[in-house]
Amino acid sequence: MTNEPVIPDFGEASSCIAAKSTFCPDWVRENWEPVLQPALVQHIELTIIAVGIGFVIALAAALAAHRLRHVERPFAFAAAVIYTIPSLALFQLLVPFTGLTVTTVEVALVGYTLLILFRNILAGLRSVPGEVLEAARGMGLTPTQTLVRVELPLAVPAIVAGLRIAVVSTIALATVAAFVVSKGLGGPILGALRLDFRTEIIAAGALAVGLAIAADVLLVLAQRVVTPWAASRRAA
Amino acid sequence: MTLAALDVFADSLHFLVDEHELLLDKTWEHMLLSGAALAVSIAIALPLGVVLGHVHRGSFVAVNLANIGRALPTLVVIAVGYAFFGIGFTTVLIGLVVLAVPPILTNAYVAVDQVEPDAIEAARGMGMTPAQVLRRVELPLALPLLFAGIRTAVIFVIATATIAAIAGGGGLGDILVNQASYRVEGVVAAALCVSALALGADALLGLVQRALTPQGLKDEVPAFEPDVRPIV
Repeated sequence: MTNEPVIPDFGEASSCIAAKSTFCPDWVRENWEPVLQPALVQHIELTIIAVGIGFVIALAAALAAHRLRHVERPFAFAAAVIYTIPSLALFQLLVPFTGLTVTTVEVALVGYTLLILFRNILAGLRSVPGEVLEAARGMGLTPTQTLVRVELPLAVPAIVAGLRIAVVSTIALATVAAFVVSKGLGGPILGALRLDFRTEIIAAGALAVGLAIAADVLLVLAQRVVTPWAASRRAA
Repeated sequence: MTLAALDVFADSLHFLVDEHELLLDKTWEHMLLSGAALAVSIAIALPLGVVLGHVHRGSFVAVNLANIGRALPTLVVIAVGYAFFGIGFTTVLIGLVVLAVPPILTNAYVAVDQVEPDAIEAARGMGMTPAQVLRRVELPLALPLLFAGIRTAVIFVIATATIAAIAGGGGLGDILVNQASYRVEGVVAAALCVSALALGADALLGLVQRALTPQGLKDEVPAFEPDVRPIV
């Protein structure tokens, strides 16, 4: 051990970053693992949890509304009010209750999926033709059997359409979560805004848009797998 | 925890009363910014969507535009605008227009494109010119979807204008993103204001829609119901 002063090694910014150029591929390569990849994974988690919980609530409400007409209006009204409240405001209104936590973010994100999923699931259930229900009853199916074997399968296209909208909008909205908790792709974007660092804004922004498009394509493919009978109709 | 939360809301009510001048100022700024963005977006998107729908051209562009619009995170649009055009009203205005045009254009296109061909046929048979068909048949029948698009855009724009504070857009977002200066009660008060603004704007448009809808179709206008149907 010598008594030389310890000068921390901060490394050296590449000329591209020092010049604040529009886009530095080097930065993306170096920061994929420490910054971008974790943010992307968190973003996917935020989205899956929100849409998952939202789907369960919306499906239950839609099934209730399908049987009992007077359930529809109050639920749709409440969901529409939540949907209309700006995301940043809803996050901030929840903070006094649940603090600067992931819970706050998830509650709000779940809230935004409700109207989308409820409306589309209910539309799907109601689109089943009367003759089909008549035939099911004629075959001796109970109401529960009719629901599970006839109505829900026929509602799949409308349900998937709702899921696509819910997933894509949740991915977009989840970027705003960064104002409350530093999770998801909004984090790097907000951080880069303060530093005026374009590369990070573009990289994280492109990841968010790319994720939304990829999720949308995946859901379309998933629908084809679960509704094989629709393939022949598509070909026709 | 709940009691503490109620305290915060009580404090924010005090803030609403004590700082009502500041809040009114910021709400007014918010309305000006949102109104300007909507006016520009409607001026661009509505005629374009209606004309494309009238001639049944450009469905691919019109429909995909809505899907792209949904996938664009508001924060990304504002951040990219800020990074490339700098801070200020114009940057934010451009960002808001980018987000508001897709729902208006797509819904206008679909609305006019999907008007019953029989109705148009009948109107032609009565000797109406194409302009008369558009004004007296297609537009009244397209009204619900036209308004669905505009109401969706209003919700987008008011919400995004909040985030736009980080790019110097002004408005209630100035308070919402600045807890250091306004503390929790100020932030919650501003959140209440912007929520009321969004709900009020949508309800108002619902009334306008009702007033414009022909007598026979009035019952089908939802009093308060943002549109979340898929566009196909």
